[in-house]
Amino acid sequence: MSIHTPHPDLPPPVTSVGAIGWLRNNLFSSPLNTAFTLFALYLLYETVPPLIDWAFISANWSGDTREVCDANPSGACWAFVRVRFDQFMYGFYPESEYWRINLAIGLLVALMVPLFIQKFTRKGLLAAFILIAYPIIALQLFAGGNFGLESVETSKWGGLTLTLILSAVGIVASLPLGIVLALGRRSNMPIVKSVSVVFIEFWRGVPLITVLFMASVMLPLFLPEGTHFDKLLRAMIGIALFQSAYMAEVVRGGLQAIPKGQYEAAEALGLSYWKSMGLIILPQALKMVIPGIVNTFIALFKDTTLVLIIGLFDLLAMIQTAFNDTNWLGFSIEGYVFAALIFWVFCFSMSRYSQALERKLHTGHAR
Amino acid sequence: MAVDQNTDAVPAKAALWRRPAFRATVFQILLVLGLVAFGYYLFQNTLHNLQLRGISTGFGFLSYEAGFGILQSLIEFDETHTYGRTFLVGLLNTLLIAGLGIFFATIIGFVMGVARLSKNWLIAKIATVYIETFRNIPLLLQIMFWYFAILQPLPGPRQSLSFNDSVFLNNRGFYLPGPVFGEGFNIVFAAIVIAIVAVIFLARWARKRQEDTGQQFHTVYASLAILFGLPLIVFFIMGSPLSWEYPALKGFNFKGGIVVIPELIALLVALSIYTGAFIAEAVRSGILAVSHGQTEAAYALGIRPGVTLRMVIIPQALRVIIPQLTSQYLNLTKNSSLATAVGYPDLVAVFAGTTLNQTGQAVEVIAMTMGVYLTISLTISMFMNWYNKRKQLVER
Repeated sequence: MSIHTPHPDLPPPVTSVGAIGWLRNNLFSSPLNTAFTLFALYLLYETVPPLIDWAFISANWSGDTREVCDANPSGACWAFVRVRFDQFMYGFYPESEYWRINLAIGLLVALMVPLFIQKFTRKGLLAAFILIAYPIIALQLFAGGNFGLESVETSKWGGLTLTLILSAVGIVASLPLGIVLALGRRSNMPIVKSVSVVFIEFWRGVPLITVLFMASVMLPLFLPEGTHFDKLLRAMIGIALFQSAYMAEVVRGGLQAIPKGQYEAAEALGLSYWKSMGLIILPQALKMVIPGIVNTFIALFKDTTLVLIIGLFDLLAMIQTAFNDTNWLGFSIEGYVFAALIFWVFCFSMSRYSQALERKLHTGHAR
Repeated sequence: MAVDQNTDAVPAKAALWRRPAFRATVFQILLVLGLVAFGYYLFQNTLHNLQLRGISTGFGFLSYEAGFGILQSLIEFDETHTYGRTFLVGLLNTLLIAGLGIFFATIIGFVMGVARLSKNWLIAKIATVYIETFRNIPLLLQIMFWYFAILQPLPGPRQSLSFNDSVFLNNRGFYLPGPVFGEGFNIVFAAIVIAIVAVIFLARWARKRQEDTGQQFHTVYASLAILFGLPLIVFFIMGSPLSWEYPALKGFNFKGGIVVIPELIALLVALSIYTGAFIAEAVRSGILAVSHGQTEAAYALGIRPGVTLRMVIIPQALRVIIPQLTSQYLNLTKNSSLATAVGYPDLVAVFAGTTLNQTGQAVEVIAMTMGVYLTISLTISMFMNWYNKRKQLVER
């Protein structure tokens, strides 16, 4: 009796594995898909090589005058951005004082780093320091006037620095206000609740630009005669009020996601309202909405560009101003692309961070 | 250990200020008093400041002559019209850009949202790159890019880019042939209305028949036939009462046809692309929210793929998509106020801009402008609440 010996396994057909198999599955699985792929390839062929050629290969990187760029008009003129780089970053801040901005931002980064280290345990304390003490230090550095630092008026603040200041102030001021509003909206007291609802719906219902108009035109009317109010501060107030309404809705989402048992347990322990909120509910709710808060922050970061309409010089406004330089007329595309790149890097990395957080915090809260 | 003698009696009531109800009342009274005092303070300051600057209050200014022209107006407008009319012109321009923006953003969003889920790797990646790029660049930057970097440097009217000698693009705008409605076109228009009404009745009848007898009717084909057939037949019976007026270069500019001003183009392109990226994400999340088991169950029941998509997947995905979509529409409408950056004459640019600067009536003008946006957004959120109630999952 012969022993049955099975044939050795044949390798899978070459057309279903490896590069060919991948191509067949993902790009050419049906006639329609093939058509789509060819169309997309054509589209990429038409757009990507010229773009790369413009932005990198034929681009003019060096030089201090426009002659270099005029000699080679088929490439991007990055020399324009390079010459203006300091102004894009620091606005009209005096050049000898740039170190103060650098120091403030370096300090912030240095303070933030431990927050992302898992083993560091005193995160709460550090966060409180960043939220309360750091703004005072930064204000001293930016505005000057004390400790022998030269005073710099806010009208000279500008560029990316101003964008960062506006968004940082917006987030720091709007978070506590948003939490209070969210608690108010969930309150049992009818008047508190309706005041919060009206406040939130009002700010959410109007465009930011009208809020900024209101802050710059109407705020001086509301205040007693002779009160001088800094233009930057007025914009900050407008942005903070506007943003707090959005923040309130994000926090409310977190409050609603906390199971009712948590509220009842806190009450059963005899905790007062503020204790049960501060010790039981808010820590859980805020943790849950961190991604939402980051998303709000991204929206805020993009919205700060609107201050250029009321005459503040943020990054976009500085770029817009640079186009009027008679020595460098006609390089608007380069300027906008540079600004877009900066905003994109900030927003994209924040949104990736928020998505990563969402996955990390997704620990069975969702029901 | 001291034993309280009163333990078995009715417990003594807590002191007045420890009772939650009393505290709530006091707190709310204080809140109201504080708000009223704050409001009164602002009101007094405003009155005083206005008097100081010699600005009269009230809405009387709305009937004064405006004395300035507006770049684009859907209704008749010139310098002799009133400030009240500038409000109306601005409002109509805002509604125009919002309507057009919503139309294009929806198309872009749905195409890109579906494309991102495509099985075709290349298509999915292109859609992803589009969404991630445009979502993360400020809208204002995009508007200014299209206006100042792309449309402004276009050649003037004499060298304008032309397509087929009937469509022209130059730095003054986009020129299209305009329809000229001849005599009898209103009958064609009436035919369109009749066709729409007929289709509605047909759909109702077909559904009722299917529920009663189980017989299906080709509603889609029949509707398409009625919608296009009836107006076309009437159109030819009336002797084609429609002609096209082509733009032509006369002197320094084009005359005739429809002109789309560059401000509108820049705003429309930027709004559609930006909001489209957000809508694409809403569409994608809606489709992903329908669990795969639903598709499999439908196939197991022997339902064909097309019908599965139409009757099982889309209705459930819409439950997730529609609320996000409405809030994107609302955002688009509010974002259209960025028009003021490029000078498109929308409500904010015309009314809260020029009119405010000319009259100085800051309080009234800003209140009216905010009122318009508030009305729009409250109406939309009321619709949302109604829709959510209607579509809520009814569970056991």
